[in-house]
Amino acid sequence: MITVVDYGSGNLRSVSKALEKVGGNVVVSAHPEDVTQADRLVLPGVGAFADCRRNLDRAQLTEPVLAHIRAGKPFLGICVGMQMLFDESHEFGVHEGFGLIPGKVEAFSKKMQDPADLKRHLKVPHMGWTPVHQTVEHPMWQGIEDMAHFYFVHSFHGVVDHQAHQLGQTTYGIPFTSAVGHDNIFATQFHPEKSQNNGLRLLENFVNWQL
Amino acid sequence: MMAKRIIPCLDVKAGRVVKGVQFEGLVDAGDPVEAAKRYDEEGADELTFLDITATHEDRGIMEDVVRRTAEQVFIPLTVGGGIRTNDDIRRMLVAGADKCSINSAAVKRPEFVREAAEQFGSQCVVVAIDAKCVEHDKHGRPIRWEIFTHGGRQPTGIDALEWAHRMESFGSGEILLTSMDKDGTKSGYALEMTRAISDAVTIPVIASGGVGEPKHLLEGLRQGGADAVLAASIFHFREYTIPQVKRYLRDNHIAVRL
Repeated sequence: MITVVDYGSGNLRSVSKALEKVGGNVVVSAHPEDVTQADRLVLPGVGAFADCRRNLDRAQLTEPVLAHIRAGKPFLGICVGMQMLFDESHEFGVHEGFGLIPGKVEAFSKKMQDPADLKRHLKVPHMGWTPVHQTVEHPMWQGIEDMAHFYFVHSFHGVVDHQAHQLGQTTYGIPFTSAVGHDNIFATQFHPEKSQNNGLRLLENFVNWQL
Repeated sequence: MMAKRIIPCLDVKAGRVVKGVQFEGLVDAGDPVEAAKRYDEEGADELTFLDITATHEDRGIMEDVVRRTAEQVFIPLTVGGGIRTNDDIRRMLVAGADKCSINSAAVKRPEFVREAAEQFGSQCVVVAIDAKCVEHDKHGRPIRWEIFTHGGRQPTGIDALEWAHRMESFGSGEILLTSMDKDGTKSGYALEMTRAISDAVTIPVIASGGVGEPKHLLEGLRQGGADAVLAASIFHFREYTIPQVKRYLRDNHIAVRL
């Protein structure tokens, strides 16, 4: 069973429908026991870091999520669900994350030069389809071409302390880490559930990921 | 490099796709879910549904269209038309939309945009701006635009540039900019207006209104400086396919997702 953690954030229906499409047996749940019983866990997240963190805590879901990860079972974080793995975020003040990926979450500058029009600055949020460079071989990248396009929508991005935790990199004004993980953790800044065939393939890889 | 987004727009009335000319004379263009699936398969980067009836009873029909689309289509989906409250947004998000576009309700009560962004995040709040040119310089070039509501019939006296700024500061994550002068004319986007607004804000701007051929999309991205281009009839009536348009843009050195 794959549990998609429901803590009142974002479009869970897209995540669950996409996982079902690639053969996953999916439960969307806000109950700690469904998180505890999951074989595989997906932590989505849209909106502000602090809100996501607070809502997760309030729903008493943080502990079961961390227990799942500590137990070595497959975990997929998406967008803010990825950012929460870091030590801290600098979105609207400094907020503490799970500390599972050493590093922090920082804002994109609004002064990054637009490579397509040097007189202009890049728009923030970074919203759209941008290539992802697979910086390591990983079962989750199987069947997906290097530099395939994925859909992003975010104003903040993770900065890893250890290069080994970077699994994918994307350039938007600056090169930034677009996928992170280690052991049983894989997490993406982009939205696989909104990234058409490449995204579906990544989710299929998660459904089949053997550790 | 980030790809420029090509967004087919489906005007939906009572659960059917329709297309009009300058907001009048509607023609039936099929089932929205089928159309959405076809665009997804062809490689559209995003889809927009605009509910152009938006009476209370039809809202349920739209929710159902969104629900059925989200089961089969895995690209971003924006829904607009008749979005007036946070509850309207919540219902569309629960049905499977990723973003909601707010138009008249923002003009009526700008605070709504702030409330929506606070509750759901800026990433799902699109402010739709319908504007008309109200002033030209001595060479006949358009230099000032104002906001119109109710399908372009109702002037508001609000300056489009100031409005775009204000909506950005209220937390809008994106602007969908439609030229009421150009919509349905197939003569190309209002390029001066698109450029003026795109340069004035730091959030993405989607150009809309007036596309008749692929060259217009190129102009909207290049001269207009848009981050994404929206079109309806050229795709509905199979005048051009998405891959055809994307290849044309790529050949003209625009980054696209192929």
